[in-house]
Amino acid sequence: MNEFIDIVLLGMLAITALGVIVLKDLFAVVMLFGVYSLLSALIFVNLDAVDVAFTEASVGAGISTVLMLGTLALTGRKEKSTSTIKLMPLLVVLVTGGALLYGTLDMPPFGDPNNPAHQHVAPRYIEESPKEIGLPNMVTSVLASYRAFDTLGETAVVFAAAIGVLSILGLPKSERTALASGLQSHLVLKVVAKLIIPLTILFALYVQFHGDYGPGGGFQAGVIAAAAIILYALVFGLPVALKVLPPSTLNILVASGVLIYAGTGLVSFALGANFLDYNVLSSDPVAGQHLGIILIELGVGITVFAAMLSIFFAFANRAERKNIS
Amino acid sequence: MSFVTDYYNYWVVVFLMMAGFYVVIAANNLVKKVVGLGIFQTAVFMMYITIGKVKGGSAPIVAEGVESFSNPLPHVLILTAIVVGVATTAVALALIIRIKQAYGTIEENEFEDKEDLI
Repeated sequence: MNEFIDIVLLGMLAITALGVIVLKDLFAVVMLFGVYSLLSALIFVNLDAVDVAFTEASVGAGISTVLMLGTLALTGRKEKSTSTIKLMPLLVVLVTGGALLYGTLDMPPFGDPNNPAHQHVAPRYIEESPKEIGLPNMVTSVLASYRAFDTLGETAVVFAAAIGVLSILGLPKSERTALASGLQSHLVLKVVAKLIIPLTILFALYVQFHGDYGPGGGFQAGVIAAAAIILYALVFGLPVALKVLPPSTLNILVASGVLIYAGTGLVSFALGANFLDYNVLSSDPVAGQHLGIILIELGVGITVFAAMLSIFFAFANRAERKNIS
Repeated sequence: MSFVTDYYNYWVVVFLMMAGFYVVIAANNLVKKVVGLGIFQTAVFMMYITIGKVKGGSAPIVAEGVESFSNPLPHVLILTAIVVGVATTAVALALIIRIKQAYGTIEENEFEDKEDLI
């Protein structure tokens, strides 16, 4: 049954990818890309990667679709090009694809427990991490404890991306935006949005603090909370949303998330252990690990939330300024 | 038949990668190129997650009565890769907006012609 679901979803994914190649309307292309992300999230669930599916659904289908639509609003929705299939790229793709297909024949069979990938460190994580870290969700244990350096670097990448976008597009200034923006005249939208937004933020907090026990964590929670504010900005207008969360506050939040993360590392360093070794944070190593993971997940959540939101504000602010001029 | 069920995931992943690759090198429009890159990227993610799957395993969260788990390591790597992916996509889209502003177009062949004028 699992295999059947897999085949159907992968087939739908292939059709979506073909649609992206063929279609000339960029709005449709972006929408298909959102569908593609949701379909791959479903496949990730089917392949037991629930945390990945959660991230792909909120990040891939949510935020990147919004950002792409924001770009289309500024650059136009029609692709100007000849509809003929280009021969040279097609040849390159066919040769590369053929080589890769030949390469897959040397891959170990799909799902075999004796595959090399399942022999090295994975059994250690699976057997020891619930005892050492005390968390049921092994993905969180590996992400936040065993490989905390990776995650710190990655939080820094999100931070750097936010700085990059803000320096390319400019900081949003609320006085430059139109007052009558948003969909305020739509009463039903307003009422529904007011109902949904608090629940979304509540859900984000649940995902943030329940990530140790079930799927979720700082990355997903940050994106979900940002999505709630984006919905608020879409319905009530950008100027109102900029008053709720001014860009200056967001800038402080983006940096403070990274600081909380690195600061947790420095505290454990100062207490005589290695950087980001949480065992010393409490008298009991498992309790120390738990405290450390909660702190750095909080840092990740704050940085991701503020970075996604300031990137969205930068895009939306550009679009509004274009509408005024 | 078992040969097909052992490998079809990899084959579809290769197809998706090549579809994304084709869009990246053949499309003129920059937004479409970014979408192609996203398709390629997600295909790579799917490859890793496929490798991490253990038949009969469950999601790597400890629960009563569950003995066999899929490999959590690829999940961690790909989870972080997705977030970095959206961050770099955002920077790419911001650059596209500036290119539109500077050249008045985001079709690659058109602004390459204008390159000499500036």
